[in-house]
Amino acid sequence: MDTVPADGLLSASWLLIALPLAGAAVLLLGGKRTDRWGHLLGTATIAASFVLAVACTFQLDDRQVAVDLFTFIDSGNLDVQAGLLFDPLSAVFALLITGVGALIHVYSIGYMAHDPRRRRFFAYLNLFVAAMLLLVLGDNYVALYVGWEGVGLASYLLIAFWHERPAAATAAKKAFIMNRVGDVGLALAIFVMFTQLGTVTYEGVFGSVGLLAGGTVTAIGLLLLLGACGKSGQFPLQAWLPDAMEGPTPVSALIHAATMVTAGVYLIARSAPIFDLTETARTVVLCVGAITLMIGAIAGCAFDDIKKVLAYSTVSQIGYMFLAVGLGPIGYAAAIAHLLTHGFFKAGLFLGAGSVMHAMDDQVDMRRFGGLARKLPVTFVTFGLGYLALIGFPFLSGYWTKDAIIEAAFDRGGASGWVLGGVAVLGAGLTAFYMTRLMFMTFFGRPRWAPSEPGRETPHPHESPPVMTVPMIVLSVGSIAAGFLLVQAFPLDEWLEPVFGVPEEAEHVVAPAVVGIAVTVVMLLGVLAAWLFVGRREVPVVAPARVSPVTRAARKALYADAINESLFMRPGQWLTRALVWVDNRGVDGAVNGLAAGLGGSSARLGRAQTGFVRTYALGMLGGAVLVVGALLAVTAG
Amino acid sequence: MIEAPDLSLAGLSPLLFLFGAACVGVLIEAFAPRDTRHPAQVAVALVGTVGGFVSTLLLAGTREVTAAGALAVDGAGLFLQATIAGLGALSILLFAERGLDPARSSFVASAAVPAGSVRDRELLTSSRVQTEVYPLATFAIGGMMLFVAANDLLVMFVALEVLSLPLYLISGLARRRRLLSQEAALKYFLLGAFASGFFLYGLALVYGAVGSVRLSDIQEAVTDEGGGTLLVLGLALLLVGLMFKASVAPFHSWTPDVYQGAPTPVTAFMGACTKVAAFGAILRLLYVGFGTDEWTWRPLIYGIAIVSMVVGAVLGLTQTDLKRMLAYSSIAHAGFLLTGVIGFDATGDSPGLSATLFYLLAYGLTTLGAFAVLTMVRDGDGEATHLSQWAGLARRSPVLAAVMTLFLLALAGIPLTSGFTGKFAVFRAAIDDGAWPLAVVALLTSAIAAFFYLRVVVLMYFSEPAGSSAAGGSLEGPTVGVPGLPTTIVLAVTAAATLVLGVLPGSVLDLAGQAARFVG
Repeated sequence: MDTVPADGLLSASWLLIALPLAGAAVLLLGGKRTDRWGHLLGTATIAASFVLAVACTFQLDDRQVAVDLFTFIDSGNLDVQAGLLFDPLSAVFALLITGVGALIHVYSIGYMAHDPRRRRFFAYLNLFVAAMLLLVLGDNYVALYVGWEGVGLASYLLIAFWHERPAAATAAKKAFIMNRVGDVGLALAIFVMFTQLGTVTYEGVFGSVGLLAGGTVTAIGLLLLLGACGKSGQFPLQAWLPDAMEGPTPVSALIHAATMVTAGVYLIARSAPIFDLTETARTVVLCVGAITLMIGAIAGCAFDDIKKVLAYSTVSQIGYMFLAVGLGPIGYAAAIAHLLTHGFFKAGLFLGAGSVMHAMDDQVDMRRFGGLARKLPVTFVTFGLGYLALIGFPFLSGYWTKDAIIEAAFDRGGASGWVLGGVAVLGAGLTAFYMTRLMFMTFFGRPRWAPSEPGRETPHPHESPPVMTVPMIVLSVGSIAAGFLLVQAFPLDEWLEPVFGVPEEAEHVVAPAVVGIAVTVVMLLGVLAAWLFVGRREVPVVAPARVSPVTRAARKALYADAINESLFMRPGQWLTRALVWVDNRGVDGAVNGLAAGLGGSSARLGRAQTGFVRTYALGMLGGAVLVVGALLAVTAG
Repeated sequence: MIEAPDLSLAGLSPLLFLFGAACVGVLIEAFAPRDTRHPAQVAVALVGTVGGFVSTLLLAGTREVTAAGALAVDGAGLFLQATIAGLGALSILLFAERGLDPARSSFVASAAVPAGSVRDRELLTSSRVQTEVYPLATFAIGGMMLFVAANDLLVMFVALEVLSLPLYLISGLARRRRLLSQEAALKYFLLGAFASGFFLYGLALVYGAVGSVRLSDIQEAVTDEGGGTLLVLGLALLLVGLMFKASVAPFHSWTPDVYQGAPTPVTAFMGACTKVAAFGAILRLLYVGFGTDEWTWRPLIYGIAIVSMVVGAVLGLTQTDLKRMLAYSSIAHAGFLLTGVIGFDATGDSPGLSATLFYLLAYGLTTLGAFAVLTMVRDGDGEATHLSQWAGLARRSPVLAAVMTLFLLALAGIPLTSGFTGKFAVFRAAIDDGAWPLAVVALLTSAIAAFFYLRVVVLMYFSEPAGSSAAGGSLEGPTVGVPGLPTTIVLAVTAAATLVLGVLPGSVLDLAGQAARFVG
């Protein structure tokens, strides 16, 4: 479908980005004067953006609308217009970002109430929302890249928000550096597009990408995938995401669960016309998705830190989304649907985890929780609904959207279809296991509470204030209903048709009902296993040391950090050391040697400067002879 | 009966101002009472130089040959004359500074008193000054202006002597370290006489070959018959004489000793004005007299430029005395100037000529400024010129250090200073003429030379001050004198010019471009 110029309210869609950005600017530049009301302003701008996004979406009416703003770069052949593209895909993202963003801003008012740097926190959060909206609303890859780097910056600032904690500072650096690896891929992809196609707009690139050689398209696809893997914490760049949980919990909910980490899925879905042309790149996307799904699920089973379990769950669920977009046209809509429902229930789960931590003096070790269901009823119910949605309990959000992905995987057909479908089903079982384990350890059993640090009192858990529980309740409603609404009531794949086209009706290899039942059975098996291993026994307050090699590997997140260290960090260090050596011995040696040589020759030449006129006169005579000789030689020759 | 040659008094007016002022100065010396001599001499010398400067400006655009073909009044000549007169006036101001030395002058009270005698020690603290320096300097400036306008080898020789003899004398008139100063003067005189001998011999050979000493006649002979052996031999010896004055290696050996020994205002004067005059003569000799025989002298200038740049830059590295360091810098800059001389084009406008004219102006101003700064840093025995004494000077005197840094950066050719513009102009002239290897060598030697300029900057800003407790306290730290009005004017003018010619060189470059014509 062709894009049309914006009209009416849609021509003001740039305000979506401008409002949060203005909020961030006021909060950052206003200084202490804005301390008292800054958080309210930040929240209000996001809420206003949300209202505007809703209004714009209603006006959109399955069109693709272009908003021209100004010339961003005009240099030689490179002409980048700053323009926005408001189409069904960016509309759902804008709604997710501003909607969940507004709820989390509200929650943060309570969560960060006692933090001395609350204003700064809201400023960064606003900055994040603005950058994320630019990422999804830009009409070209350069605008996307600017937003991409903007969210990376905001993520870095927010992970390191409590930078006085060494772990937070390290985690922020780790996130930043691993993202950089991915960003290089994205940047290179844009360079290749520009050199090969001479344009970076979506319209231009998608219009002419078919003219490129297959290898070039595959290269662009793989480079885009590298970028997506970095931002979305996918294999092999997944290790930063669990560490990023060092940031405040609302940040984990908004950035590292609901929105930023799904940017990779957005990138691949947006670049669908490129991936449609390259089977190879799509297969790699599939493999990345399947591998990450399993890594996340396995690691999630072994950790005792409540936020890390949720983080690995995020890694795993985004793996599902990658799997879906890797399937091609039949999977795009399923991926986006899962992305949206996941955004609701995972944000809700993180907010619940934040509420638990709030009650437990910021402790995160689940072995020190237990029996919290009665103390934190609202948190328990909302968290529980999120939990059921995540494990795919029938007719809750996750059930609809995850099932769609698993069905699509089986529908791929052939051996690969069975393998991918099997992995997806197994992942669903593991998800049920680790989430049930989390529930048991946190909310059930005997309380195992302990002081957060020696000398302090044992915490007295109490329910969080309404400003925190209301967003949790709203999100839990989303956890219940979003799946049904998006899959059955108002099918998302029809809404997205202007973007992805109408997928061919695939022949079902396995009947959808069979898949649904199988997934439910496997899920129940996972729950049962969790009850057998965790629920019916006493939870030891110290993690057992004598465990199977599988558990040990899972506790180390399948040795991802060790692999990164041995594959990248150590060779990097060796390379650095070698370069330093070359610099010290080779470059410095050459420079110092040259300097010493010049100094030596200077001293030696200087000896001719004896101070005696006779020597000087002799020198002049010699010079004169040379001059005469040279001139005569030139004339004679 | 001999007919009197046709004289254009207007064309001669710059010279008349200078020589007139010099003669008045001599009369003042003879008749005015001692107490009034100094101010009167300064006033007369300034009137002469400024008058000469203004009259060259008024003559702008004139092109004529006058005084029976002996003098050329043309764009390039007037530009050089104006440069010399202007720099000369600033030098006179430096000479006239009475606020820095406790004995109220850089010049000796009475040159005839033997150095180190009882009388000499008595006079050291008196406020008497050997005021003959002013007429002598005025004569030298007049000689230089005649030198660059001489259209006749014999006049050129006379001018050479008129400019040299006073210089020999005033080099020996330092108030402090008199023996060093006198030794320098004697060396300069002996070697200068030796060089004049070369010039005169060359003149004779050229006359023998051509039958005339007029540059236009020489050009005609070269064009018609090509360079005969005798003529080429003559050219070689003339060049030796001129290059000695320009302190081009390998005829440079006098430079460090004389620069170090002479009173610092005189060194400033020599470094700035003599260089301009000598290069003016070299340009006129090569471009007018031997312009049609370019390929004879081109390889020689090419080679000598390299030798001069390398010798100046490399030897400068190990100098520990600032005046000697600036002397080697002047040798290296002579090499850079010769790269501009290469950019000659017999058929049209020579880019090398305008580039060299600009470079001479820029270099003269910067050098003058740098030496002016040197006069301000003093210890108990005159100027403190040893490098170690300049350590940490920025902490004591930030303004002085900043001004010196500006001059040193300009000498090193750092962008946004006049030095960069000048170097860029001469290198481009050389490259346009196909001499890119020469430009490469020039760039490399610039890099080497930058080391010793920047070392002074580093020393001033990043070292513990000499005499401070951290530096051991053994060395007595120098004092930075408060300059009187004359030195302040000089510093202000030179620093401003160094900056303006670096940031907005356009108008002056245009002027040099328009002036770059010799009358044949």
